[in-house]
Amino acid sequence: MSELLQIEGLTKAYPGVVANDGVALRVRPGEVHALLGENGAGKSTLVKMIYGLVKPDSGAMMFQGAPYAPVDPRAARAAGVAMVFQHFSLFEALSVAENVALGMENPPPMRQLAAKIRSISNDYGLPLDPARLVGDLSAGERQRVEIVRCLLQDPKLLIMDEPTSVLTPQEVDILFKTLRKLSSEGTAILYISHKLEEIRALCEAATILRGGKVVDHCDPREKSARELAELMVGAELKVTDRASRQPGDVVLNVTNLSLPPMSQFGPALKEIGFELRAGEVLGIGGVAGNGQEELLATLSGERPSKHGTVLLSGADISALGPNARRAKGLLAAPEERLGHAAVPAMSLTENAILTGTTRKNLTRNGFVDQGAARRFAQEVIAAFDVRTPGPEVAARALSGGNLQKFVIGREVLQAPEVLVVNQPTWGVDAAAAAAIHQALLDLAAQGAAVIAISQDLDELMEIADRFAALNEGRLSEPRPTKGLSIEEIGLMLGGAHGMQEAQI
Amino acid sequence: MITLIRRPNPSQFWTFATPIVAVIATMIAGGLLFAMLGKNPVEAIRVIFWEPLLGANASYFRGQLLVKAGPLILIASGLAVGFRAGIWNIGAEGQYIMGALASAWLALHVYPAESHWLFPAMIVLGALGGLLWAMIPALLKVWFGTSEILVSLMLVYVVENLLAYMAFGPLKNPDGFGFPGSRNLQDYPSAHNVDLIAGTGLHWGVVTAFVAVIATYILMHRHITGFRIRVAGEAPRAARFAGVIPARLVVFCLGLAGAFAGLAGMFEVSGPSGQITDSFNVGYGFTAIIVAFLGRLHPIGILLAGLLMALTYIGGDMAQLMLGLPSAAIQVFQGMLLFFLLGFDVLTNFRVRLGRGASA
Repeated sequence: MSELLQIEGLTKAYPGVVANDGVALRVRPGEVHALLGENGAGKSTLVKMIYGLVKPDSGAMMFQGAPYAPVDPRAARAAGVAMVFQHFSLFEALSVAENVALGMENPPPMRQLAAKIRSISNDYGLPLDPARLVGDLSAGERQRVEIVRCLLQDPKLLIMDEPTSVLTPQEVDILFKTLRKLSSEGTAILYISHKLEEIRALCEAATILRGGKVVDHCDPREKSARELAELMVGAELKVTDRASRQPGDVVLNVTNLSLPPMSQFGPALKEIGFELRAGEVLGIGGVAGNGQEELLATLSGERPSKHGTVLLSGADISALGPNARRAKGLLAAPEERLGHAAVPAMSLTENAILTGTTRKNLTRNGFVDQGAARRFAQEVIAAFDVRTPGPEVAARALSGGNLQKFVIGREVLQAPEVLVVNQPTWGVDAAAAAAIHQALLDLAAQGAAVIAISQDLDELMEIADRFAALNEGRLSEPRPTKGLSIEEIGLMLGGAHGMQEAQI
Repeated sequence: MITLIRRPNPSQFWTFATPIVAVIATMIAGGLLFAMLGKNPVEAIRVIFWEPLLGANASYFRGQLLVKAGPLILIASGLAVGFRAGIWNIGAEGQYIMGALASAWLALHVYPAESHWLFPAMIVLGALGGLLWAMIPALLKVWFGTSEILVSLMLVYVVENLLAYMAFGPLKNPDGFGFPGSRNLQDYPSAHNVDLIAGTGLHWGVVTAFVAVIATYILMHRHITGFRIRVAGEAPRAARFAGVIPARLVVFCLGLAGAFAGLAGMFEVSGPSGQITDSFNVGYGFTAIIVAFLGRLHPIGILLAGLLMALTYIGGDMAQLMLGLPSAAIQVFQGMLLFFLLGFDVLTNFRVRLGRGASA
C-alpha cells in the first residue's frame, strides 16, 4: 500500500540543540499513528515542519506521492494537512461560526457556513451550535470548534497535539469515536500524547523519538504502557515510593467558600468545603478553567475570602494576605510558572526572594540579604536537581521542567505545614515529574498536608490519598483514591459536561 | 533578512554600551541634519557638546549645567520608581509647580521675619505640596480605577492656571509696581536657596538630587520594597502572589514622585528662579520623563542622563546663538537621542542575526 506521508532524513537544528536529527516517518492513509517522546524529544518540531511552521535544514518529505515542502501553514492546508493545537486559538467574545470563518481563506456567507458547521459536526459526532459564544463553551466544546474548523478543509492528514489533556474520560471516549470514524474514511491521524493508555487504545502504529532521533517503531497495542514509557525515557522507570502514612489532625478547614468570577468568562467558586489532615495528599481533579486558579488564589491569600471560610489549625485566616499565610505555614505554587509563580526576567536568586522572605529570613530590617537569598536559591537548585549554570540566570532561560522543579522546590524547602500546588507537573518530562511527585509524597510523610490540583488523573491516582473533583466551580465530596475507578472519577468530573453524542 | 533572537539573559555589555552608541549615532544623524541646514556639522556638534564644558566661557556654563540637571535628576529619580512598577505619573510638572507654590506661600506669608527654621520648613512644605497633589490621581485610581496617566496629566493644566492666579493675585509682590510675580526670594536671606560654593550652581537642590539618586538606588536595589516594585512592573500576578498590595504601591509610587517633584519646585523657586511668575515652570517635569527613560530607570543612569540632557539644552542654546541654528533643529536633535537609545535597546534583549531568515 502506498504511503500518505513519507519523511526521510529530516533535520532541524536550533542554536545549541539539534531538535530533529535525520528523522524518518511513514504514515499510511487512514492510519492512526502515535508520536511518542518526552518533552524536548522533538515531537513538536517534527509536526511543525509537516505543518509548514518550521522549515527543515535538510531532508525530504513526500505527501500523496509528490514532493512536499510547505512554505507556510496555508500551503500545508492546501495540500490536505490540518492541525489541532494543544492551546486553542479562539476568540472568546466571538461565536463559533465567526471563529471558524476567521480561520478560512474565503469564508462563505455566515448562514451557509453555520449550516455546514452543523452538518459536519453532527456527521462526526461532535454536535456544535454555531451561534454560541466561544466564551460560554467548555474546554471540550472549544476543542470541537478547532476540530470542526479542520474538518471543513477535508484533510488527508490530521495532526493532533495532546488533544485529551483538557477532557474528562467520557469526553475522551467521544473524541476517540470521532477519530476512529475519520480513520475509517481514510483520513490519517498523527497523534501526539504522553498518555500511554490512550495511545494503546487508539493507535495502530507508533514512532518513538528521543533526543531528536527516531529510536523505535512499534505497534502500541502489543506493548504495555510501562514498556512504552521505558522506550520513551530510554531507561527503567523509578516507581515513586509511597510510604504508608497516618493522617493526623485537621490542619486546614474550608467551609462554604464562594467567590465571584475573576474574569469575564471565568468560573465562580460555589460553596466549596473540605477538611485537610496533616500528612495527607488531597488530589483535586478537573479540567482547567473550572475554578482551579480561583481555588488556588483563595487558598494562597491572593484573593481573600469571606470571614470564617478558611481556617488554618483552627484560626481564621480568610482575610490574610499571602505573606501572613506563609508566616503561618500555608504555602502555594501556582500553575503559571512564567509571570505568576516566577518572574521571567528576574534571576533565580530574585525569584527565591519572591516567596522566601517570610520563612527563610532573607531580609534584615527590610534590606535584602543577598548572600542568604543566593544560598537559598542554590539550596533549591541542588536539592531538586535544577539544571542551570547558576542562581544568577534569569528564570525565562530555564526549560519548563527545570523551572517547575525550582518553583516546587522553593516552597517545599520552606517546610510548609500546608502546601497547595496547581498542575505541579504540567509540561514537565517524566523524570522531573517523578522527582516532583516524590518530593510531594516525602513532604506529606514528614507530616505536612498537601493539596495537588491537577488535570492529570494518573498523577492524582499516584500521589493522592483522597480525590475530589472541581467542576464548574463546585467541589465534590472527597473520596479515598483506593478502589476508585476511572469511570467513577469521570462522573465526578461532570461526565461529558452534558455534551451530546450524536449517533455515528 | 534580519532575524532577532531573544537572549535568555539581557546582555551586560549592551546594557552599558547602548547609551554610548546612541549618543554617537545621534551625533552622526544630527550632524547630517545640521549639514542639510547648511551649517558645519562638526562645528555644531562641537558647540553643543564641547563649548558648555570646556569652551571659552565654560566656567559660567558649567554652573548652569548643575542648575538645569538638578531638578531633572531629582524629578526623574522619583518618576523612575513608579515607572518600574508600571505606574505612569505623567504629571510631575504639576507636582513641581505645587511644591513651588506651597513653599513660596509659606515664605511670603512670614516675610520679612528671619529664622533658621524657615528654609527647612519650606523644604517640608514643598515636598508636601507635590505629594498631596500626586495623591489626587493616586486615590482616584485606588478608589475608582481611573487612569493615573490621564488624571496626572490633566492636573498639570489645572495647576498652571492656579500658578497664574497666584502670580497675578494672592502672591503678587505688593511693592512690585503692579508687575505680575511675587517678591524675589533671592532677596530674602532666610528663604534663599544659595549656591553652596559661589558660581558653581551647586545649590541645596542639586545636593538633594544627588541624595535622591543614592536613596533610590538603595531603595530599588537593596530594599525589599524596591524588589516588590520591580516585580510589580515585571509581572503583576507574581507581585500579588508575593504579597504586594496594588493600592499601597500606587499610593507609594505616586507619593514619592510627587514629593521629589515638589522638592525640585521648592529649590527652583527659592533659588535660580527666585519668584512665582506665570511662566515659572519651563517643562522640567515633562523632560524628566525622557531623562528617566534615557537613564534606563536606573538611578546612576538617571544621574548621567540628567547631566547629558542639561548639556544638550545649554549647548543647544549656544548653537542657536552662535551658529543661528533654528530651535526646532535642536529639539529634533534631542528627540533623536531618545529615539536612538530606544532603538539600540533591542540589542540588550535580542541578538541580531543577518542572513537567511529561518523562523525560529
